[in-house]
Amino acid sequence: MSRPLRILLWLIVAAVLAWVLAPLLGHDTRGGFQMQKFGRLPVLLNGRIKPLDTVARTSLLIIHGQQTLGTDHDTLSAIDWLAEVLMKADEADLRKIFVIRNPETLAALGWSPDAGKYFSFRELFAHLQEIEQQSALAEKVDAQLRSPFQRDIIKLFERLTLYHRLENSIEVAGTDDFKGQIDDLVKSIHPSPVPMNSGISAEGLQSIGFLAETGYFYPIPPVPPNDDPLQWRKMGESMLNFLTAGNLHPAVSAYATMASAFAANDPATFNETLDNYSNWLKEHFAPRVRKTNIESVFNQLQPFYSAMVIYVLIFILACASWLVRPETLGRYAFVLLIVTFVVHSTGLITRMYLEGRPPVTNLYSSAVFIGWGAVLLGILLERFFRNGIGSATAAMIGFITLLIAHHLSMDGDTMEMMRAVLDTNGWLATHVVCVTLGYASTFLAGFLALTYIVRGAFTPSLDRDTAKSLSRMVYGIVCFATLFSFVGTILGGIWADQSWGRFWGWDPKENGALLIVLWNAIILHARWGGLVRQRGLMVMAVFGNVVTSWSWFGVNMLGIGLHSYGFMDSAFPWLIAFGVSQLVFMLIGSLPPHVWRSPVETVKPSRVEALADAPA
Amino acid sequence: MSVSAASISDFVKPLRFLASLRLTVVCLSLGMLLVFLGTLAQVHLGIHAVQAQYFQSLLIFWSPPGASWKIPILPGGYVLGTVLLVNLIAAHATRFQFSRKKIGIILLHFGVILLLIGQLLTGLFARETQMRIDEGQTLGYSEAPREVELAVTDVTDPNFDQVVAIPEKVLARQGTLQNPTLPFTLNIQRFLPNSQIVKRSDDAQAPPSPATTGAGSRFVVTEISRTVKDDERDLSAAFVEVEGVQGSLGTWLVSNAITDPQSFTVNGHTYELVIRQRRFYKQFALSLLHFAHDRYAGTDIPKNFSSRIRLVDFERNENREVLISMNDPLRYRGFTFYQSGFDNDDKTTILQVVKNPAMILPYIACGLVALGLVTQFSMHLFGFVRKRST
Repeated sequence: MSRPLRILLWLIVAAVLAWVLAPLLGHDTRGGFQMQKFGRLPVLLNGRIKPLDTVARTSLLIIHGQQTLGTDHDTLSAIDWLAEVLMKADEADLRKIFVIRNPETLAALGWSPDAGKYFSFRELFAHLQEIEQQSALAEKVDAQLRSPFQRDIIKLFERLTLYHRLENSIEVAGTDDFKGQIDDLVKSIHPSPVPMNSGISAEGLQSIGFLAETGYFYPIPPVPPNDDPLQWRKMGESMLNFLTAGNLHPAVSAYATMASAFAANDPATFNETLDNYSNWLKEHFAPRVRKTNIESVFNQLQPFYSAMVIYVLIFILACASWLVRPETLGRYAFVLLIVTFVVHSTGLITRMYLEGRPPVTNLYSSAVFIGWGAVLLGILLERFFRNGIGSATAAMIGFITLLIAHHLSMDGDTMEMMRAVLDTNGWLATHVVCVTLGYASTFLAGFLALTYIVRGAFTPSLDRDTAKSLSRMVYGIVCFATLFSFVGTILGGIWADQSWGRFWGWDPKENGALLIVLWNAIILHARWGGLVRQRGLMVMAVFGNVVTSWSWFGVNMLGIGLHSYGFMDSAFPWLIAFGVSQLVFMLIGSLPPHVWRSPVETVKPSRVEALADAPA
Repeated sequence: MSVSAASISDFVKPLRFLASLRLTVVCLSLGMLLVFLGTLAQVHLGIHAVQAQYFQSLLIFWSPPGASWKIPILPGGYVLGTVLLVNLIAAHATRFQFSRKKIGIILLHFGVILLLIGQLLTGLFARETQMRIDEGQTLGYSEAPREVELAVTDVTDPNFDQVVAIPEKVLARQGTLQNPTLPFTLNIQRFLPNSQIVKRSDDAQAPPSPATTGAGSRFVVTEISRTVKDDERDLSAAFVEVEGVQGSLGTWLVSNAITDPQSFTVNGHTYELVIRQRRFYKQFALSLLHFAHDRYAGTDIPKNFSSRIRLVDFERNENREVLISMNDPLRYRGFTFYQSGFDNDDKTTILQVVKNPAMILPYIACGLVALGLVTQFSMHLFGFVRKRST
């Protein structure tokens, strides 16, 4: 590569990195309030201590379908929105954040489909009773049998409930001066084991009870030096404790002061209180604060999103390298692939650190990890073969898997706590990682075969050498896939034997893994037996995509078995479409060689030659 | 000479077919089809019926809806497993010569053979039962969750029960049973593997009950198909007529839904009649000291389940406390006790009790397969890298 071209390459790499890191530069200080810092405050939700920013993003994603909120004149970040919900509910209630797309749902609420798709909490609140009733009716129907309207109305009710709980997490929604209320309480009450006898008004006690019951997350940390996650409290719970024991938790007054300052549009007081409270947290809960800080940076950077975008660029570059300037473009694609792999890995490792777990803990993380594994193998292939195929295929799988992960993240926090039987890092690190690498490599072999079929059938670019190296790649990766899926599946059997008392139970997910093992074994034996040659190998490898996608997603859609984590009917049409598309490619791959545009396999290799590769 | 040559080739030809890769590919493909169909069938049949019909069977049958005949459409798990086993052994007997280059393949295939044999032995000999123990209770037996027995207990002696238990298989044959320890015969008039039992007062139209005595006449029993759900139990029922020397003592309705024992007297001895889950008595007893159910902070997500158990075995002079928790079972005298569930507001533990003499085989097989695959593929890989770099 010439010098100017090399300089251009490094300029591109620098630009890409700058783009990846850019979100760190933007300091969110909406209206003078230090929102970014506010988003870093740790709270407990769903068993995990996480920054408010994560609560904001996942809640907005569930309610609104996006991580930001576009308004008429600007865009609100998730934490801007959450701050408003928590501390200025009257204004937040007017924001049109609830998306309703189902025409039947609109009709049930008396709106015509032209009324728009976005509604505010205030608008929906007027119909709360109908929504609750319809949702309760729909709940009685089995999840698999619900109509689209029933699913939609249940979801709408859940979103409304979530919103309602969120806005009553710090103060009772609509409170003007929470700080003033707390100050009055401190002055007027005499702590008593029975809260009613503490001198608080019946009304005041009722609203504290309401906060304790309705609040969504747990903002109040334990009293230092206690650091037990079980000791985090909701706002209302901590205030009840104050009524009985008499010690007002500093976090309660900090949140109350911030709420009043925010409502009164007083950034100076807000920021000062936030600074003090943050310092207090840092002093007493340093390790937790470090973790939540890293999590908010991770949220801001969204490394998987960036990687997903760059994979598209790499794919285009690598494909272009088959047409023009193979050396240069191929090199560019490869270097960028490595850079993106680093971004992808950083995201993966950060998640592992935050969760304290091996990489795969749920369906979301399996998608991230399958992409990661396939890209790693693709890099190794590219390193040996240097023909752009490893880069293109890896980038394609990287993009698709991260896109799938992105859609899987719509359900909320992707770092969930592990249910009892899964709570064992040893097996998660061995069985799950092996099986997932098996998925990744089977997909890689399948996508390499797709490259072969598409290039061979539709372009004249598949010359003998390329065809031969693709065949070697697919063969090698199928071997790799057999190793990982076989070992992973048996390890799963041993785990099952350790925790349920049977090695193999014909559970749908186990069967799915077994299908991958069997299919890879069939490919290898068919090749060793000379039953298939180059194109046959490719067609079989493409079917590996069907088998793996069935095992990965299909079995979960049956809604039965020990592994069925989450019924995903919405993905079903996509799975079918993917399967059909693969069958079409297999059909194209089976067309007689003379209708292909590239000259492949005009000479029949003898059986002896086919067996020469075989280990037996 | 020519005769002997012909006989050798006659012998070799089928052997060559048995050892062929073609047969391997066909068997593996049929295996995939079997596993796939067996997975789909679980939606309607449930896992236990599918195991019996698809995987622990010789042939899979199909019959058109409503028809009374059926035709075999696919070899079942036992047939496919056996053919694969023969194929593998024949291949090694004929095609493979032992060499250093093939050590990986040989290890791997030996591992697969062990896996297949292990699964066959497990299918034939393993037994899964359950123990439900309340806090403070001591239990010396486990129960089959999917099989009942009719227990006839002589309760005359307050210190000692004498039990005759009739297994479900025998009940299902119906007809008259005689046991030398009982001074009467039992006529199983009807046995219902699963049933729906309602109060007679709720179903006035029902025909009169065959039961002439005991609680049975108050209920209406209808046969229903066996449950396919893993977490449900069948409610079995039987109409049993007791016939002494002097003639019939009456017909009882017994069911595991009717837990109060129904009794009658013959020759001054009092007998109780009950249908219960089939019991397997142990030479030792377990008492539940405490069941713990931990949750993650601020959620209902279970973090861990564990049972603190006292194990008492007079034969072996054992009397100690053990902790059984998720992923950490108790192994004792060939049985393994797993934390399987809980009930009764966290006051009752449910342990899965497994006896599997072939348990160790998959572990050895796993090691062999992994070792074989790694050896073989790394030899490939190194060969390839060496070729590539020269």
